[in-house]
Amino acid sequence: ELKEEFTRILTANNPHAPQNIVRYSFKDRAYKPISYVDQMAIHFSLNGNMILKDSDEGRRQSIRLSTAAAKAPVETSAVTSEEEEIKDEESTEDTQAAGEEQAEGSGIAEVAEAVKAEEPPPPRVKEQKLANQFNFIERASRTLNNPMRERACQSEPTPCKNFSATANQWKIYDAYVEELQKMERSKEKEKPKAQIAKREEEKKKGRKLTSLELQSDDITKISKAAKIMERMVNQNTFDDIAQDFKYFEDASDEYRDQQGTLLPLWKFQYDKTKRLAVTAISWNPKYKDLFAVGYGSYDFMKQGQGMLLLYTMKNPSFPEYVFSSESGIMCLDFHNDHPYLVAVGFYDGNVAIYNLKKATSQPSYKSSAKSGKHTEPVWQVKWQKDDMDNNLNFFSVSSDGRIVSWTLVKNELVHTDVIKLSVEGTTMQGPEGLQLQTLGCGTSFDFHKKIDYLFLVGTEEGKIYKCSKCYSSQFLDVFEAHHMAVDSVSWNPYHLKVFISCSSDWTVKIWDHTIKTPMFIYDLNSAVGDVAWSPYSSTVFAAVTTDGKAHVFDLNINKYEALCTQLVVAKKKNKITHIQFNPVYPVVIIGDERGHVTSLKLSPNLRRMPKAKKGQEVKKGPEVEIAKLDKLLNLVREPESKA
Amino acid sequence: MADTGEGKKEEVDYKRLHSFPLIRHTDMPEEMRVEAMELCVTACEKYATNNESAAKMIKEMMDKKFGSSWHVVIGEGFGFEITHEVKNLLYMFFGGSLAVCVWKCS
Repeated sequence: ELKEEFTRILTANNPHAPQNIVRYSFKDRAYKPISYVDQMAIHFSLNGNMILKDSDEGRRQSIRLSTAAAKAPVETSAVTSEEEEIKDEESTEDTQAAGEEQAEGSGIAEVAEAVKAEEPPPPRVKEQKLANQFNFIERASRTLNNPMRERACQSEPTPCKNFSATANQWKIYDAYVEELQKMERSKEKEKPKAQIAKREEEKKKGRKLTSLELQSDDITKISKAAKIMERMVNQNTFDDIAQDFKYFEDASDEYRDQQGTLLPLWKFQYDKTKRLAVTAISWNPKYKDLFAVGYGSYDFMKQGQGMLLLYTMKNPSFPEYVFSSESGIMCLDFHNDHPYLVAVGFYDGNVAIYNLKKATSQPSYKSSAKSGKHTEPVWQVKWQKDDMDNNLNFFSVSSDGRIVSWTLVKNELVHTDVIKLSVEGTTMQGPEGLQLQTLGCGTSFDFHKKIDYLFLVGTEEGKIYKCSKCYSSQFLDVFEAHHMAVDSVSWNPYHLKVFISCSSDWTVKIWDHTIKTPMFIYDLNSAVGDVAWSPYSSTVFAAVTTDGKAHVFDLNINKYEALCTQLVVAKKKNKITHIQFNPVYPVVIIGDERGHVTSLKLSPNLRRMPKAKKGQEVKKGPEVEIAKLDKLLNLVREPESKA
Repeated sequence: MADTGEGKKEEVDYKRLHSFPLIRHTDMPEEMRVEAMELCVTACEKYATNNESAAKMIKEMMDKKFGSSWHVVIGEGFGFEITHEVKNLLYMFFGGSLAVCVWKCS
């Protein structure tokens, strides 16, 4: 039994491989057994990473290694191994069972590879770039395109007009005939014209002028309308002020015992006069709403230009007339009979006459150093009656101590020294035995309303001289009036004997020119710039002080105190310089150092007429005024005379 | 015969007398007017028999000098109603029997 032989056959067949595999065949539409079954069984598979040196891959790899030695040889091998894997996969498509296993294995491996492959994609990209033969690098960029915007514009169509006519033979004929006739006529005219060639030229010039004038006529036509428009607009703007001016009577005056108020109305100011002080104001004798304001500077150090403006109450926003001058204007005066003539005195001692009728901004007549101008500022000018030759003349007073009469003879100003203000007792011995007289400095003067030759002069020393035009060397009388310069003297408009004076020594004094001592003295606590009698009453006067206040007195009502003391301008930095009563309306205008002119309305208390006693007639007229003042003066005088 | 002869002479005379260029209506500025007038006279004299060519010449010259687009009518009897650009119209007579109207309208 041990000697029995058993035969075993070794085959290459895979014992685990199925012996019969049936696959569906679409061609035969049946299941058919596959003839050959894959017998390969993989016991172990290892992915190798060895490349043949001489193959393409190997060569490439060696180049890469030489150029970029550090760069991931692992990756490259991964790449190569994957490529290999792909190849392997392709080759094992036939064998299914083993192929499946293999596919699984390779799939797993592939996944692993894919993972690896995902990790280093950028270097792979780089490698691919470097892999081109010519070493070109493509670089592209795209600029930012500006957004498009549509813009369209359409121009205005050219202006067109219609025209129609007919062209006929007879029309043509008629036109020609007419033209020929015209030419003949012009030829006839030319013949006489040739003789008067000069006149023609003049006519041409005249025509040119007229054409210019015509052109300007259009403007002048508008200018008149524009002026009226301006006034209307101003009236509308300042309507409430205009209403106040006309109708407002302060009702509270009844409750205010005897005090009155000044109601501010318009304020006049002009750009160019902002730096200048108002140095003179005067109402026009003919046009009651027109007044002239002179601008200059009281400051010795700050002398500049001067201006003369004429305002009207109807147009508070802009002056009617503007004149400018090189030197500051210190005083001005309207001529009574010729309200278009303004006499002006300057800071440099000149005097001039402005003619309002003429359109120029320069004075019509002006004095000069040759014609005997003053050597010091002219403080006051006043027109006089026409002299015997019917020449206009006016007087001027100045700090150089001369009172000069200027006469307008044949378009020239001729001067005559009327009086020299010599200060008594101060004659000095000059060289060569000359007697030098120091001259007092005149600062203001006023002529008597009735007595023509009589006038008063106030000086810087505080004296008031009563003078006569006839006596040139002596004064009629001297009043020791003030301690400082007399700023203003003024005769009472009604009473023949009374005058008022004011000074920088803070006082206002009322005098009777026959008596050496003043009748009334008022201390106003601040230098008094100007004083003015009211035109409607002999007992009312107003004074302005440098602290910005205006004081109105009525002697009839209160002999010792002002009826109204009112602050007119801002106290600081502004002093009032002048005041003037309007001859007709109850309005005063006040000028200050800043170039502003303020107009104020007097409240009823300030313009009280004497009360009518029951049964008695109220007399009106200057006699009443004179009597009123006389009564007052007597009260004052009598105790004096007694004493 | 004599009468007709005289009549003809008269015609010729008046044509001679009336042959200067007479501007009937224009709103052109001075230089433009003078130039246009001279151009019309030149053209009409050159093409005395052919209005169309005269008009063509005038129109083309005006177009060149003063911009497009001009219109020219030459004739002995016509009526017209046109719209023209302001300051670009000339209506004149010439040669005793010709009327020329030149205007610009684009």
